[in-house]
Amino acid sequence: MIPASFDYVRPASLEEAIRALTDGGADARPLAGGHSLLPLMKLRFAAPSLLVDLQGLPGLSGIQRENGTLRVGALTRHAQLQDAGLGVISETAHKIADQQVRNRGTIGGSLAHGDSASDWPTVLLTYEGSVTVQGADGQRVIEAGDLFKEYLTTSVGQGEIVTEVHLPTLEGYGGAYEKFTRRAEDWAMVGVLAVVKESDGVVSDVRVGLTHMASTPLRARAVEEALKGQPLTAESIASAAEHADEGTNPAGDLNATTDYKRHLARVLTRRALTRAAGIEG
Amino acid sequence: MSAVGSAIKRKEDPRMITGRGNYTDDMVLPGMLHAVFVRSDEAHAKITVDASEARRRPGILAVFTGEDLGDVAAPMPMAWVPPGIEVKTPERWPIARGEVNHVGDPVALVVGRSRGEVADGAGAVVVEYDPLPVVTDPEAALEDGSPLVHEALGTNRSHEWSLGGGDIDAGLAAADVVVERRIVNQRISGAPIEPRSAIADFRADELTLWSSTQVPHFVRLFMAIVLGTSEDKVRVVAPDVGGGFGAKLQFCAEEVAVSWASRKLGRPVKWTETRAEHMAACHHGRDQVAYVRMGATKDGKLTALHVKIIADFGAYFGMLTPTIPELGAFVMTGVYDIPAVKTDIIGAFTNKCMTDAIRGAGRPEATHLIEVCIDQLAAELEIDRLELRRRNFIAADSFPHEVAYGVIYDSGNYQGTLDRMLEHFDYGAFTEEQARLRERGIYRGVGFSTYTEICGLAPSRVTGPEGFGLQTGLWESAVVRVHPTGAVTVFTGTSGHGQGHDTVFAQIAADRLGVSPDVVEVVHGDTGTGPMGLGTYGSRSMAVGGESIAKAAERVAEKAKQIVAHQLEAAPEDIEVAEGTFRVRGTDKGMALAEISGIAHVRPELLPEGMEPALEEHAFYDPENFVFPFGAHACEVEVDVETGRVTVTKYLAVDDCGNPLNPMLIDGQVHGGITQGIGQALYEQIRYDDAGQLITGTLVDYALPTAAEVPSFVTDRTVTPSPVNSLGVKGIGEAGTIASSAAVVNAVIDALRPLGVSYIDMPCTPLRVWTAIQEAQR
Amino acid sequence: MRVTIRVAVNGEERVAEVEPRDLLVHTLRDELGLTGTHVGCDTSSCGACTVHLDGEAVKSCTVLSVQADGHEVTTIEGLAGENGELHRLQQGFWEKHGLQCGFCTPGMIMAAADLLERNPNPTEEEIRHGLEGNLCRCTGYHNIVKAVQHAAAVKAPEEVTA
Repeated sequence: MIPASFDYVRPASLEEAIRALTDGGADARPLAGGHSLLPLMKLRFAAPSLLVDLQGLPGLSGIQRENGTLRVGALTRHAQLQDAGLGVISETAHKIADQQVRNRGTIGGSLAHGDSASDWPTVLLTYEGSVTVQGADGQRVIEAGDLFKEYLTTSVGQGEIVTEVHLPTLEGYGGAYEKFTRRAEDWAMVGVLAVVKESDGVVSDVRVGLTHMASTPLRARAVEEALKGQPLTAESIASAAEHADEGTNPAGDLNATTDYKRHLARVLTRRALTRAAGIEG
Repeated sequence: MSAVGSAIKRKEDPRMITGRGNYTDDMVLPGMLHAVFVRSDEAHAKITVDASEARRRPGILAVFTGEDLGDVAAPMPMAWVPPGIEVKTPERWPIARGEVNHVGDPVALVVGRSRGEVADGAGAVVVEYDPLPVVTDPEAALEDGSPLVHEALGTNRSHEWSLGGGDIDAGLAAADVVVERRIVNQRISGAPIEPRSAIADFRADELTLWSSTQVPHFVRLFMAIVLGTSEDKVRVVAPDVGGGFGAKLQFCAEEVAVSWASRKLGRPVKWTETRAEHMAACHHGRDQVAYVRMGATKDGKLTALHVKIIADFGAYFGMLTPTIPELGAFVMTGVYDIPAVKTDIIGAFTNKCMTDAIRGAGRPEATHLIEVCIDQLAAELEIDRLELRRRNFIAADSFPHEVAYGVIYDSGNYQGTLDRMLEHFDYGAFTEEQARLRERGIYRGVGFSTYTEICGLAPSRVTGPEGFGLQTGLWESAVVRVHPTGAVTVFTGTSGHGQGHDTVFAQIAADRLGVSPDVVEVVHGDTGTGPMGLGTYGSRSMAVGGESIAKAAERVAEKAKQIVAHQLEAAPEDIEVAEGTFRVRGTDKGMALAEISGIAHVRPELLPEGMEPALEEHAFYDPENFVFPFGAHACEVEVDVETGRVTVTKYLAVDDCGNPLNPMLIDGQVHGGITQGIGQALYEQIRYDDAGQLITGTLVDYALPTAAEVPSFVTDRTVTPSPVNSLGVKGIGEAGTIASSAAVVNAVIDALRPLGVSYIDMPCTPLRVWTAIQEAQR
Repeated sequence: MRVTIRVAVNGEERVAEVEPRDLLVHTLRDELGLTGTHVGCDTSSCGACTVHLDGEAVKSCTVLSVQADGHEVTTIEGLAGENGELHRLQQGFWEKHGLQCGFCTPGMIMAAADLLERNPNPTEEEIRHGLEGNLCRCTGYHNIVKAVQHAAAVKAPEEVTA
C-alpha cells in the first residue's frame, strides 16, 4: 500500500526534466498522471529512486487538429479525449477504467508504459500514429509499429520523455472499439478496434487492432487482407473476422484461456467491424 | 402514531454523509505505534525467521515472532464441542510457530513509528521457507496418502456430522426419478469495504481494544482467556464498522497480536489490514462440494433428499469454522415437505486460508443446492418449475411445522410469497417472449428461488453445550435508561455495522415509552457500557436484540405507569401510552415521560411506597425458537451465447420477515443481500493454484459487482408474523444472499437449455458459460 | 527526503511536510485530520478514497501528496455549504437510504458529484456507469442510484441563481 521511498522533483521545463532523468540514472522515472506507475509502486512491484513529475512542463496537454493529424499532448488526460468528440477515439477513452482514473491518467503515460492490456497502444497501432520523444540528444519520432517491444517495454529510452502523440484523423472512416471486460471498470480480456473506409462500394482501407492478444498490441493483418477490396457486408465481415486470431499469441490468465481469447478476438472483430461499417448486426 | 413500521430516515446518516463517521483507522492515540504483519508467501513450509536486520531499521521499535508470543495463555479458540462427536482441532497461535499452513499465515509482527517505516521494516524481515507438500483440493485431502496439513492430527479429516430424519433409503426407493448432482459452492470473500483494523492500548494492566468487529463481547471474553487476564481488565469497543458480512464475526489472531504487543511495549498499537491481507488472511466463506440425491414420484411429490457435503475448512479453525455447513443442514428441506431428509458433513483441512461465517453461513449453500436441484428435477419430470414447487410446499396451515429432522419452522406461507411475486412478474408473457427471442439468437432465461432460512440465533437450549454444542449461550441483552429530562439511552449487546440499529432500535423503544425516536440514543459495540451481549450476525439483531429492547422498554413503561397511577390516583392497569403521554384511559389526564422521569430522579419521595428511584430497566432474552424468514425471488438474465457473458436484466424479490419494523431498512438489506448473491453467482471466486498460491489477492482479480453489473430491484413483502417473539419479527440481513444465487443460476440454465446446457456451477463467468456451451454442443 | 506542500483543502490553504511517497489520502487523513476520506483497497479499485482535485474526482490513493502541491482539493468534509446545509447529494443519500455502513459513502458521493457536474440529467444507466469506480458491499447500489436521481432532480445552487 505504501511505496518504497524515492526522491521527487517537479521541473518547470522539458530540458530540466530530461536533465533530472539523465542525472537520476537507471532508476529515475518520469511521472505523468501516475495511474500506471503508482499502482505498481504501491504493491512494490516497482521502486524507482527518483520521480520526475512532468505536470509543470508547459504545452504538453491539449488536442490540436492540423493537416489531417491530431496532435495530442502527452499529458492529455483520458477524460479530455473522452469529452473531445473524436469518434472512436473518444469511445475508447470512455471505456478506460472509471471516471476517476480517466480524470487523472494520461495518453502519453499509458503509451510509454506499454501494457498490451491497455487501450491506447491499440489505438496508436491501428491508426498508424506516432509519438514524439525528447531526450538529451534531441527529439525523435517513433512510429507506432516501432514503439511496442515487449510486455511493458517500449522503445522510449531511459532519459526520454514522450511529449506528443500523433494520430491521423482518418476522415471518412467508420470506427468501433469492442472491449470485453469482466466488469465495467476492468482491463480488457480482449479488445478489438476496427476502422474502415469504403470507396466505390468496396473496402478501400481497413485496420483492425487487438488488445491483450499478445505481449504487445497487434494488428489483425489477415482480417484486413481478407476485407480489402471486398464489399462491406455482414457476410464479408463475418468471413474476414474468422482470421482475427491469426498471428496472435495470447496468454491464458485468471479470466480467459488461450482458446477463449482467440474466440473472443474473432467475435469482437466481427462486432467491431459491423459497427464500424454502420450495418445492422 | 407508531414509530415501528415507519420508514424513518436513519439517525446514523448525518455524520456519515458529512465525513464525520468514526471508524477504527480514523482514530489516533497519543504515542500510538503502527504495526504490520509479515505473512507467509508459501502454502506449507517450516519457517525460520530472521528479524535482526528489520529490528535495526529506523523507526522500528520491535519485531515479534510466534516464539516471542510464547507466553500467551491459550491457543486461538474454537467454540464448538458437539456432544458425542470428535472434532480434530489444529493448534493455532496468533503468529505462526515454526510452520506455516497457508499463504497469508502471519509470520512476524513489525511495530514502529509510522505506516511507511513499518512497511519498510516488514520488507527487511527474512523468512526462510523449507517447503512441505501442499494440498488445496478438499476431496484430494481426504484421500489416503494425501499430504497432511497438520502432521500432528494424522489426518485431514476434521470430523463427520449428520442430521437427518425419515427413511432415506425407502424414500429414494419410492422415487420414480432421482436427480443426482455434484454441486460446488465456491470459496468467496466477505470483502467489507472497510478492511479490518484494531488499536490496542494496554495501560496499567488494562486493555482497551478498538476493533472493527461484529462481536466485541466475544472478543473481550476470548482476549481475556488468551492473554491470561480477566474480563474486567479488557474493554473492547467497536466504533463505526464499515461492513462485516461475517468477515468480522471473528476473534482475530491480529487482535491478539497487537494487544500483546501493546502490553509488551507499553504503547498503543494500531494495525489496519491492506486489502491484499484481507483477501489472503481474513477468513473466507462457503467452499463446499455437495453430492445431492433428490427423489420424487413421477407426479412430482418429493420423497427423499440426501446431501453429502465435503466442507473445505482451509488450514485452521476460526471461532465457528466447523459449524458452518451444519447451519445449512438445519434448513436442508427448504420450503418443502419431504418425508426423508439427511445431511452428512465431512470436514477437510487444506493449505488455504480458513473458512468461517460469511453472510448466510451454510444456509446459502443449502438453499442453492435445494433450489437448483428442484429445477433439475422439474426438467427431468417435465413439470413446470413453479408447479413442482407448489406441489411440495409445506402447507400454510401446518405451522408451526416440524420438518423430517426435527427442526420446527415457526411460521410461513410459501404459496403467498410466490403468488405475490407473480403479481410482479408475468411468467406466461416472459415464456412467450423468450421463445420469440431465441429465434433471433437472443437467449433469455428466468430463474426462481423459493426459500426459507433459519435465523435469529438463537435459542441457547438448542445451540448450547448440551444441544448443538456451541460453548456459549446466544441470548441478547438490553438496558433502557430514561434520563431525568426524558431523553432515553438504549444499550444493546448487539453490534450493528450498517444495519441501521441506531434508528430501528430507537423506534422500538420510542413506541413503548411514548416519545419520538429522535430522543432515543442507541449505544452498542462497547463492552464498557451496557451488559454483556452476543453481537450481530445470523440475522439475530431484531429477533433477539430487538426483542430484548422491547422487553426492557416495557419494564420501564410498567414502572412509569405505576408512577403515573400514583400521581394521578388511578389504577396502573388504567394507564396507557398514547399520543406521547402516559394517560389515564378514557381521559385527557396524563403525564409525559419527561415528567415521570423527573419525579423518578429528582423527587423520589413522590414515588409509590417502596419503589426504587430512577427509571431504568434491563432485560435478557433467550428465544424459545429460531425464526424462519422466507420468500420467492425471480431473476431474469440474458446470455450472450457467443461470449458467455451473463447480464442480470431484472430481479424481483418478495420476502416475508414478519412484522416490518422499518420497511426502508428491510429493502436496503434485501438489495445488498441480492447483490452479494449475484456476486457469488456470476463474479466472485477465491482461487488458489495447485501450489496453494492465492491468485485472487486483490479487488482487481476478485471481482465484486459494481453498480454497472446489477439492475435496480423490484421488492415487495408479505407479512406472516413470527410467533416466537412479541415483535413478530424475523431477520432479514442474510435472506437476500441466501435466496439469490440459485435464482441467478437457474436463470442461466433456463437460458441455455436449448443449447444443451442443463447444469452449471458458480460463478457463471463468461469463460465458464462459453465452455459449458462448447461442451454441450460437442 | 521531505517536502513542504501547500494545498488548498476545502477552501483553506494547508501546509504539510510530507515524504514524496506519501499518498494524498494518507496526508489528508493523518496530517490534516480529514478522516472522511477512506481507504478500502490497494489497487485503485474501490473508490472509497475519492476526492476532488481541481474540481475533478480522483482516487486519492493513486495521487502522491507532492503531486497535489499547488492544487485545490475538496473532500467530503468540504462538500456541505458554509452554514452546514447539506449538499444535494448528501441530502439524497440520506433521503433515499443510499448508505448502510457508510464506509464507501464519502467516495461515492464525491464520484457522484463529478458525475452530475459532467451530466446534470443522467439516465439510470449513466449513473451506474458513472459510479463504476466505486464499490459498495452493503446497498446493492439500488438506493445509491435513487439518491443520485434525487439529487439530480434538485437544481444545483448555482443553477438556481443563474
